[in-house]
Amino acid sequence: MNPGTGQQHPISLYLKIWGLLFVLSTMSYLVDYLHLQGLLRWGLILTFMIMKAGLIVAVFMHMAWERLALVYAILLPPLALLVLVWLMAAEAGHTLLTRLLFFN
Amino acid sequence: MNTAAVPPIAPPILAPTTTAAAGWRGLIADWSSDREAFHVSWGKAMMWIFLLSDTFIFSCFLTGYMTVRVSTTVPWPNPSEVFALQVAGTDVPLLLIAIMTFVLISSSGTMAMAVNFAYRRDRANAAALILVTAMCGELFVGMQAFEWSKLILQEGVRPWGNPMGAAQFGSAFFMITGFHGLHVSCGVVYLLTVAFKLLRGDYEKSGNYQIVEIAGLYWHFVDLVWVFIFALFYLW
Repeated sequence: MNPGTGQQHPISLYLKIWGLLFVLSTMSYLVDYLHLQGLLRWGLILTFMIMKAGLIVAVFMHMAWERLALVYAILLPPLALLVLVWLMAAEAGHTLLTRLLFFN
Repeated sequence: MNTAAVPPIAPPILAPTTTAAAGWRGLIADWSSDREAFHVSWGKAMMWIFLLSDTFIFSCFLTGYMTVRVSTTVPWPNPSEVFALQVAGTDVPLLLIAIMTFVLISSSGTMAMAVNFAYRRDRANAAALILVTAMCGELFVGMQAFEWSKLILQEGVRPWGNPMGAAQFGSAFFMITGFHGLHVSCGVVYLLTVAFKLLRGDYEKSGNYQIVEIAGLYWHFVDLVWVFIFALFYLW
């Protein structure tokens, strides 16, 4: 992208993404409405969440057309958060275990 | 032709900073060494870096929420029932939250269109779309205020406890949605400022309409955070 000019894309593209986000939101709401349970529920919730986030970042925030240096500078650091989530999940499991052992 | 007009040496504007480098100015010039890592405007780069830092803040909140939810021995209140609304005598699960989600997504759509109109120098349409975006944001905050009052006054949810189950539910809920609501409220003020300056012709004078795109980045980020809160807090 030329640094002097901004991101300009047709409105029809934005409207399509808007519609797609509506469909995805409805589907994730239906997951709750239809009382899906277990792995199916969590899998669908995460799938729809990631698809919606991807559409917003790629199209609405124009990441799909930005220079690769900026894309990597912004999108790679959050991967460190996966490590945090993994560590805290292990920690929380351990806390739960000790609580069950000593307080129940 | 154009190619003949290109100067063979570096532009003369660099000369004063390199020769007269002393004191703080020199320090900054030396450390920056006049290089640009990201070939986008500084405003956009800074907004992205701010949003990255905000990503970490919200992720810490959500990770904290995950930790207390996994580690509690008391059952977590079922969000599907807690946030149900009575319509015509029957409980519809998460109705208000679903409406809030659609309102915020719609505001993201109008914001994206406003950026397009701004770059076409169509000030009236761009400002109108930004105002619609801000109104959707205000509507969202209003519904959130309704949700909070219902939860506090009718259901008796407090940051330190609630009648439905695990005590950590209240603190996680107020912290996460409160911080998000604060972002939406700030965003509304931000958008109103941009719309005002757009109508006044500030960007027409400078010929730079990128401010609208940068404000849009912030607004889409607020919507993005809601996607994660909706999935991980309300639906899980």
